Amino acid sequence: MSMVLMTATGLSVGASSPLVGREARAAASAGALLELKGVHTHIGAYHILHGVDLTVPKGQLTMLLGRNGAGKTTTLRTIMGLWQASQGQIAFDGRDITRMHTPQIAHLNIAYVPENMGIFADLTVKENMLLAARKAGNAAQMDQARLQWIFRLFPAVEKFWNHPAGKLSGGQKQMVAVARAMAEPRDLLIIDEPSKGLAPAIIHNMIEAFDQLKQSGVTLLLVEQNIHFAQRLGDTVAVMDNGRVVHAGSMAALAEDEALQRKLLGLSL
Amino acid sequence: MNRPLDWKPLVLVPLLALLVLPFIGSPSTWLTLTVAGLAMGMIIFIIASGLTLVFGLMDVLNFGHGVFIALGAFVATGVLGAMGNWTGSAELWRNLAAVLPAMLVAMAVAGAVGLAFERFIVRPVYGQHLKQILITMGGMIIGEELIKVIWGPAQIPLPLPQGMRGSWLLGDAAVEKYRVVAVLVGLMVFALLAWTLSRTKVGLLIRAGVQDREMVEALGYRIRRLFVGVFVAGSALAGLGGVMWGLYQQSVVPQMGAQVNVLIFIVIIIGGLGSTGGALIGALLVGLMANYTGFLVPKVALFSNIALMVVILLWRPQGVYPVANR
Repeated sequence: MSMVLMTATGLSVGASSPLVGREARAAASAGALLELKGVHTHIGAYHILHGVDLTVPKGQLTMLLGRNGAGKTTTLRTIMGLWQASQGQIAFDGRDITRMHTPQIAHLNIAYVPENMGIFADLTVKENMLLAARKAGNAAQMDQARLQWIFRLFPAVEKFWNHPAGKLSGGQKQMVAVARAMAEPRDLLIIDEPSKGLAPAIIHNMIEAFDQLKQSGVTLLLVEQNIHFAQRLGDTVAVMDNGRVVHAGSMAALAEDEALQRKLLGLSL
Repeated sequence: MNRPLDWKPLVLVPLLALLVLPFIGSPSTWLTLTVAGLAMGMIIFIIASGLTLVFGLMDVLNFGHGVFIALGAFVATGVLGAMGNWTGSAELWRNLAAVLPAMLVAMAVAGAVGLAFERFIVRPVYGQHLKQILITMGGMIIGEELIKVIWGPAQIPLPLPQGMRGSWLLGDAAVEKYRVVAVLVGLMVFALLAWTLSRTKVGLLIRAGVQDREMVEALGYRIRRLFVGVFVAGSALAGLGGVMWGLYQQSVVPQMGAQVNVLIFIVIIIGGLGSTGGALIGALLVGLMANYTGFLVPKVALFSNIALMVVILLWRPQGVYPVANR
């Protein structure tokens, strides 16, 4: 069952997982936009990632789940080159990005929202957005149609356009951070806990935004603690524990299998 | 609505000036000292503005910044010396026509040496504060020795151009012409910096990089390249400050950079690391304090600026306008 689902969803997991076979992985890799193979990451003396194998299928929304300290954030930072992989390989759209510097990786049309949102507190919301629009020299040169779309999804961005971002509430900052990642068309959005600290109404807007992005062919990789959010949005899921991906498959399959949820996450969806 | 202006630090400069007025007694002496303090402060600001951005952007402690000051001043002695006919003229425009190329050449040389300094001395020790302190101090010592090799160890006079000498009389107060020139140049540099930082994309990147360089990189910008640009610009500004300082002192010595270094660090700590506005306020406070205490209690002149820094840090532990969170 698992094998069939994984072939259909295009998600593969590492050799350490009993759920995957070589054929399924090969089939999955065919549609992969991002692929990690045996990635190890050390931070100082600490060995955080112990051979992460993960495939993010093109055009889908992949949820990266796991307990605190499982290695989710480290995985995202390693993909972005903020921490260098000590071993293994990361490929984006068939291109090896393992040793690339962060700006080079970003230039491959990858947007990243870190766990702390990465908002420039002393800059206005407009300036934060302008930084993400690399081709624009000023706000007037930004893609106005895209900006209006972002305003519709996140009204707070327009409302506080000229306000210092540091003065916004946590939820508003989160909206700005996600909106900033959408300021220009990107192939892959990597977002660390997008729903963290958000009110239900805003979570609804964010789900709508991700849905629309997905429909436009954008691939998303989200780390999420909010299981309901993950279930509502995710096409595919990878669960991490102790610096490894221990399960990968379709979100629908995980949502249906309570025993597996309890085993992997310690709770049911 | 932009960020509301934090006006309290702005009040410090006039407050300090007004507080000392009763102690000085004579308004004309007070005016002379105040203009001298503002001129000195503006020159220190020109020197410190680049250093504070270097510190804020890349967390680099560059104790070798002083070498660019001395270098700029020594280069100016050569340029101005070669333009004796122009500096000796009583016409101000001819004086300015001599000083301007001296400033530009000094900035170009200091900027070029800054580029090499960053590449060979600073870059290998990114993220290692202790090594940064040691190696940049070493770089300054080497720089000083090279200046001695080229220009000799002795003090070299750097006389003011004829038209900038003397004073204007405002009532009983004598205001030296050159000090007014120094204030004007300082204001121009500040205006240019403020415009660049607030109105251009490069300025936006610098301000963002001072706050969170990792995120700037994640947005696709090469912070190292930006940093090199800021380092070179900061070195060039130190060279310009060296010309101004040399003309202020009317002589140059190879150790002049090291002598000013302490004041520069006091200024950027008072101002808040990474803040050019804070550096301006810090520099003006330091300049005024040095002149007032030099007149009132000369024996505590040096100590006074350290005491000023302590008082400011007790009020705002991260400086008057903190930007970089280190």
